[in-house]
Order: sequence, then C-alpha cells, then structure tokens
Amino acid sequence: MKQVTLTIDGRSVTVPEDYTVLLAAKELNINIPTLCYLKDINQIGACRMCLVEIKGGRALQASCVLPVSEGMEVKTNTPVLRETRKTILELILSDHKRECTTCVRSNNCELQNLSSQFGVGDIYFKTRLSDAKIDDLSLSIVRDQSKCILCRRCVAVCHDVQGVGVIQATKRGFHTRIEPAFGMSLNEVSCINCGQCIQACPVGALKEKDDTEKVWEALANPEMHVVVQTAPAIRVALGEEFGMQAGSIVTGKMAGALRRLGFDKVFDTDFSADLTIMEEGTELIGRIKNGGKLPMITSCSSGWIKFLEFYYPDFIDNLSTCKSPQQMMGAVIKTYYAQKAGVDPSKIFSVSVMPCTAKKFECQRPEMNASGYQDVDVALTTRELAHMIKQAGINFVNLEDEAFDSPLGESTGAALIFGATGGTMEAALRTVAEVLTGKEAQSIEYQAVRGLEGIKEATVKIGDLEVKAAVAHGTGNARKLLDKIRAGEANYHFIEVMACSGGCATGGGQPIRTSTEKMTIDFRDVRGQALYKADTQFKQRKSHENPEIKKIYDDFLGAPNSHKSHELLHTNYHKRDLYPSNEDKC
Amino acid sequence: MEDIKILSARFGKIKPDSVEEYINAGGYEGLKKAVTMQQEEIIEEMKKSNLYGRGGAAYPTGIKWEQAYAVKKDPKYLVCNADEGEPGTFKDKRILAEDPLLLIEGMTIGAYIMGAKEGYIYIRGEYSAIQRIVKSAIENAKKAGYLGTNILGKGFDFDLHVVSGAGAYVCGENTALVESLEGKQGRPRQKPPYVKNCGLFQMPTILNNVETYSCIPCIVNVGGERYSSFGTEFSGGTKLLCLSGNVVNRGVYEIPYGLTIREIIYNLGGGVKDGKKLKFVHLGGSSGSCLPESLLDTRICYDDLKKNGLSLGSGAVLVVDDSNCVVDYLKAVMEFFEEESCGKCTPCREGNQRLLELLEKLSQGRGTLADIEKMKSIAQTMKMTSFCGLGQSAPTALVTLLKYFENEFIEHTAGKCANGKCSMNSKGVN
Repeated sequence: MKQVTLTIDGRSVTVPEDYTVLLAAKELNINIPTLCYLKDINQIGACRMCLVEIKGGRALQASCVLPVSEGMEVKTNTPVLRETRKTILELILSDHKRECTTCVRSNNCELQNLSSQFGVGDIYFKTRLSDAKIDDLSLSIVRDQSKCILCRRCVAVCHDVQGVGVIQATKRGFHTRIEPAFGMSLNEVSCINCGQCIQACPVGALKEKDDTEKVWEALANPEMHVVVQTAPAIRVALGEEFGMQAGSIVTGKMAGALRRLGFDKVFDTDFSADLTIMEEGTELIGRIKNGGKLPMITSCSSGWIKFLEFYYPDFIDNLSTCKSPQQMMGAVIKTYYAQKAGVDPSKIFSVSVMPCTAKKFECQRPEMNASGYQDVDVALTTRELAHMIKQAGINFVNLEDEAFDSPLGESTGAALIFGATGGTMEAALRTVAEVLTGKEAQSIEYQAVRGLEGIKEATVKIGDLEVKAAVAHGTGNARKLLDKIRAGEANYHFIEVMACSGGCATGGGQPIRTSTEKMTIDFRDVRGQALYKADTQFKQRKSHENPEIKKIYDDFLGAPNSHKSHELLHTNYHKRDLYPSNEDKC
Repeated sequence: MEDIKILSARFGKIKPDSVEEYINAGGYEGLKKAVTMQQEEIIEEMKKSNLYGRGGAAYPTGIKWEQAYAVKKDPKYLVCNADEGEPGTFKDKRILAEDPLLLIEGMTIGAYIMGAKEGYIYIRGEYSAIQRIVKSAIENAKKAGYLGTNILGKGFDFDLHVVSGAGAYVCGENTALVESLEGKQGRPRQKPPYVKNCGLFQMPTILNNVETYSCIPCIVNVGGERYSSFGTEFSGGTKLLCLSGNVVNRGVYEIPYGLTIREIIYNLGGGVKDGKKLKFVHLGGSSGSCLPESLLDTRICYDDLKKNGLSLGSGAVLVVDDSNCVVDYLKAVMEFFEEESCGKCTPCREGNQRLLELLEKLSQGRGTLADIEKMKSIAQTMKMTSFCGLGQSAPTALVTLLKYFENEFIEHTAGKCANGKCSMNSKGVN
C-alpha cells in the first residue's frame, strides 16, 4: 500500500494511506483521547473527544475518522483542543449518572479516566438525566441508561460483529437512548446474551447480572456442599483483573483462590470438555457412518445456541445434541460425583465460572436439570470471580499454585484449547482421527483451524475419509457461513461455532479492556496463544487419553452416547420466535 | 434595476403539472438546448454563471457538478433536497407547488450531464398535497417524452421518484438525507467521503436544493455569463427570499443579488408592521445570524454578507420588531434545535439542551452573569466541534444576539425584561 508522510505535533511519521490520523498518532506514541472509538468496530466520530487541528483546515476534525494525507500538519494538543475536550467531557458528564464510587466500572472506566486527566472539576449543570431507566430483566445483561454516554460501541458490536442488532439509537437529540425497539427489555427481544456489548461499553451502562451474592450465601450456609468448575478460558484472563500481564496463565493461583473462598470442591470444566469430545466425536462418527444429518455443528457456546434458535432454526437438527461442557459438568456433579462422595444432590450448590454471560441464561434453561435439580445453580463471569477474590482480601498474585480436586479436575491439553476459536474442532479431530483409524495420529496440531480469520476451513484426511471442517467465531461470521450452506455454496461434515469473536478467550464475561489497550493488543490473540502454549505442556493432549474420562465411562456412563449419556449429557433445542410473546421471555 | 423573474415567472400563471402550459410559458427551452450541447460545455456555463447552492451552504454548483462528472463510477444519482425544514423558509414550496416542471427540467439536464438514470426528490412530509402535484408533473413529463425513456428522442433515460420526508430537520443535511433515502435513521454521515463521490447507495450523487436545480434551465438557455449578470460580480443570478415576521408584506420575493436588506424590508416588504421599530433581522433561518439596524444596508450578496459575519442561508428574512425580547425570542429558536438535534454527537445533543436550560433560567429571572459566560463557551464548542452543520450553526442566533444585545441579557440577570415578554416569576417582576 502507498505510504504517506505527515507531521503530528511537529514529528514526522510515515504510515499506509488507509490510516486515520488517530492511528498515525499512535505510531508516534501519542494517545489522542477517545470515547466512541473502538478499533475496527466503531469509527463514527460522534463523541468529538478525538478532535485535532489541521493546518489550513476549516474546523476541528475527528481524528478517528480522518484519513491521513501527504504533507498534512496535525496538532493534537493545543489550548483550544484542551478547552474543547474539557467542555465536551463536562457536557457528557452533565448527562451521566456520576455514582463512580459504587460503579462496577470504577477504575476501569474510560470516561472516569479522561475526566480526571482533564481535571474537569465541578459540573456546571445540575444533572438532568434524559428519561433514564434500568433494564435488568435479562438473565445475563443489565443496562443502565442513566450511565449511557451514547457512544454506540455496543450498537456496532451487536449489529456489525455479532449480526444480532437488537439495540439501536431511538428518539432524537437529548432524548436519544440506546435500547431495543419500542423500549422493550433485552429479554423481550432476540438478544443472544453474548455480552459483547458489555465488552464494548466504555462506562458502566452495561454490566452482567451480578450473581455473586447468591454464591456468598451458599458458601456461608453450613448445610450446603458448594462446588465450583472453571472454564478453560478463565485461567488465561483472570490474572488481568489483578494487574498481571495479558496472557498470564494462573490455573494454580485460581484453584488456590477458589479454595480460600470456601468452595468445598474445585473442579475443572476442562474435564467435561474432554467428556464433550468423547460424546460429540462419537456423535459425529455415528452421523458420518450412518448417514445422519450433516454438517454437524458444535453446541458448546450458549450464545451461539440461542442465536441459531432465533435466526437459523432450520439448522436445529444440525446441532450436536451434546450439552455444553458447563452443563455436562453440572449433570455429572449432581449424579456421578454426588454418588461417589456420598453427598445428597439436593445439598450440592454448583457454581461455574465462565468467560461468558450467556451461560447465566443457559444454566437456567428449563431442560438443564438432568440430575433432578438445576444442574448448575449459578454461572459467574471471570469478572465476578475477581470481585469475590478481591472482597475476600485474597492476595491473588502471591498465591501458591494449587491443583484441582479429583475426580473432576483431571484434563488434557485438548480440553484447554476449547477456550480459543478452533480449539473445539482441533480437540475433536485429535480424538476422532484415532478412534476412526484405531491408530495413534502422527500430528495432532491442526494449524488450519487456528487463528483469527473469521471463517476457517480445513479438509482433514482421516483414514479413507476426507473430513471437511469449518470454524466460525462471532455470530456475524456464523451467519455468513450458514448463509453459504443454505445457498448450497458450501458443505462440510463438521462445523465449530463460537458466539464471540476470538472464542471464549474474549467472551462477554472476560476482563474488560479499554479501547486504547485494544488499539495495540489483540486480546483474542494473546489469550488464545496462551492456551495453545499451555496445551503443549500437557502430558495428555487428547481427550480420550484422560484417565478420569476412562474411569467415568467404566464406572458410571458405560460408553459414549450410551443411554445414560443421553439422559445426562445430551439435550435438544427449540425454535425461538424473533418477537416472543409475553409468555415466552428469555 | 431590471425586474428579472427567472424562478417565479410562472408562479400562479400556469397549471403547475401541465407540460403544455409549461412549454407555452417558455418551459423546456433549457433542456432542448442542453441535449444539443456537450456535457462539459454545460458545466462550463454553470461555472460562468456564479451559481451558488441555494439550500444554505452556498457551494459553487458548477464546481460541484464538475467534480461529480469527473468521478468514474456508475450508476450516478441525482437527488433533490426538498425537505425545506429551515424555519422561516417557504420558497421551495412555491416552486414545487406552482412550477414543479422547472425543477424537473433542471434535474433532467443534470441527468443528461451525469448519465444518471434515476433521481429522487425528497420532499418534506408536511408538503403532502404538494407531493401529489410533483408526482403528477413527473407523470405528465413522462407522457410528453421529457422524462422516462429516450428523452426528446436523444436516447437517454431518466426517471424521477418522489420520497416523503418524515419530519426531521436534520434530514435537510445532505448526508442525513441520503441515509433517510436509503431507509435508515436520518443521522449525518462522516465527510469525507462527500456525497458527490460516495452518496446514495455509496454511488456518486448530485444533491442540490430545489431552487438550485431550478436555476439550471435558465443558465443553459441564456448562457452562464448572462445569467451571472443578473446578480453581482460574485453572486450570479437571482434569489428567492422569504420575508416573514413583523413586516407588512410577507411572502416570497425573487430578487437579483445586490439589493440591500433595508431595500428588501422597506421597499418590497412595506416596512415594519403596526408602525413599530425594527429591532433585528434574523437572516437565513433559525440557523442564521441576527443582525441589528446598523447592518441593514448590507447587500444580499455572498461576499458582502460574509464581510459582516453574516450568511444568507436558505434565504429567510425574518423581521423582529422592538416589542420583542431577545431572550424570549432565542428561547423559541433553541427549543427548535433542542427538538431537532439528531443526538449523534455530544456538543449538539447536550449543548442545545444546556443552552435552552440557561435561557429558561434567564427568562425566569434566575440567570446569572456566569450563565451568560457559560452560554458563550458552550456555543463556541458547538460551533467548532459539532459533527454536522446543524450543531455548528444551532448557536449562531445566540452568538449574534449576544454580540449586539448583550445588555438585554445582563438586564435579565437583574430580573428585568424590558419588553415584558419573560415571566421572571422567580423574582416577582412583571
């Protein structure tokens, strides 16, 4: 691409011609303040914080949308700009519920950061909030319009990245709000609960439904046997909540912290990820051999399941009947584990820690009670767990490594990579290849399904069979993939879909990073790479090699896809109306 | 000065949707001549004509068309901004209602130049009866071979569609209008890219005001130089002005550029009503400047106006007599912008609201000198930082009234409204 040279604050910089001034400034280590900007997702020049002066230019220009040009002379820090930015901040703050001391985003709020940097001081206007309301009817997401600064980052991610588009700006001027059509609640519209809007929000207008109190209550109840499971992606992100470098692997510290919080048993969702591979792999082989419905599509991601039920119900029979690892674990804890430990399942309180907000919805689906009880009682996000650890005064960074509890704490490298896009596919291929051929595979790393390309395709030769596979992450990409299949332009045996771009590593429940951090670090990549690296350090890297998996089949389930497996580990799905009636809220 | 009537010549004299009567009254001469000319030649005439966009932005039309003509991308579209939302502006309404074929002819010439096959006239929703007239004129022009396929047997096709606006002022802003035409929410787009390069459906688009298009037939017909000579050296042709407010003869007047504001108000308009004194003139609509008596001798011509910090805008001339209070008047203006801000960018969304609140404070006798300073600061930020013209120009009336009548604002902080218009209820005065 053609390069252009421009001057920013007196320093010359040469960048590709498709750069904006904001990106060019970044090359010179100049962070122009932004609020509505979210790299590659929301570039609309609406908040006016990133204005710069251009020599010879007519007015101030928004650098986030201003293309660079040869010889351009830019100033990013002048008295006029500072004064202007301060006024804009004051205007935003005048319409923002300033309860910073108690806000979930305190210390991680882009508006708070800028306001203190610019020394905004007293707000001249008595706050008059524009018809603000709180929507907390969704099982996953709480929206507080009184804190919304109308940056539209959530709108862009919901519409453009996820292909869902249930929130939009309504009304006009000062009365503008971001909300579903006709002011409905998120639980009345076709929201998939993925929580990517929370990840996009610069302030505390969007947050997860806080379920920590329920967990504290159970932990304090001597009657209850409280167990916890943690998803693969938690261990590569939780450290960030405690100031550790992105990509730090904190598996051992996490287990230690959970034990200190008072959990009676600390289990690992990686175990049930291995179990998922056994069930899903067997299901795939069965479908291929017996002429079942293909392509088979993974069902681990609860946001994705809901997306499909809403938007692609004609593909319901393509979904694997396997429950997600969270729900498999939930069912196993209140049956297999309860039996083994001699605990009454009605006295078990089962908690999961997930990188996800949709899991809060999934665990409350009415069909998720195979044990006779709600299999998973509460699903927490990574952020909620971090809050609990902080509340308990645990010095997380200095904790000694501890191990998961037996028997549901044993896992393989295959299970771990579930946390990255393509990981479930790769884990499945590792097992399916060996089961189908009966021989040990030479190579177990499937590079073609790794990485951040929106849709990845691979053809894998297993014995005589050429397995055609595809991987999509972000439901927007899943949309493209399914549309191609619907149109008869593509076909596969096996498809992995994760609702969030980057997979669970950057799920809606993971630590929130600012737009400035996201400009230089791709957290999908950093956290994903940490998972792939940790995989190589496992002795066992194939799910069927997990000794505890062998044991659960020998002692309890019989064989993959057995009658008992079906009762506990499989489920079914149903079409959802895009405009649900009042009886069918979700 | 000659009494030149280019735009209003047929007003009230013909059946507006009749092609026959239009032709008998001199219509379609421009198009007939245009199709014998090279496209570049016509653009050259337009450049010579010193025609500036009549919607308010006053961009040189010839240059705009030349740039759009140079874009190598198909299809191109022609769009007419007939949203006419600027308060005090009702000139396009007259063209649309009384001589719509003039607009249609202008757009057809544009289509001939650009090779456009389709055009859209985006008409203000409140003009529903007029929309029917324009649609009928389009149908009649098609039947007569002046629109549709193989126009004038010259082998070029052009079809026009009428689209109704839905009441948002911001849809008069070019990019918001295009968004609305595409069926989206009417909120402005980032520029660049400009509409001429990347407009309707991401294609090169000529977007002009009703009056601007309506000047084109005459320019082609009489030539750019002749057209230009009707006006001043730098402002070619004639302009429709909308005279309203406390003036005897309200209405639409076609004037050659160069008349002074005083001549317009006192000669054409018959002076201030009821023998009152003129306090100020609000020029160019609510987004325009307010000027005091001392500037009345400014000529209507882009350069002279600019020198005095004024702009003609859409051509609204609203006369305000001395029984009015500037705070009270401004409150009405700001209520309009508070209602019409689209809510996309911070300064316009929040700024209009806060300015209105401060004016309400002043009008209730609760205002302070600090409030006046705050208004100045917000107005300045809005002007410099707003995303589109709406927010940039919304505080213009405030800024200019503060400039010429600051004392009256200050009096309000002391609880006095000399005109007795403000309630001042918190101080019990009046």
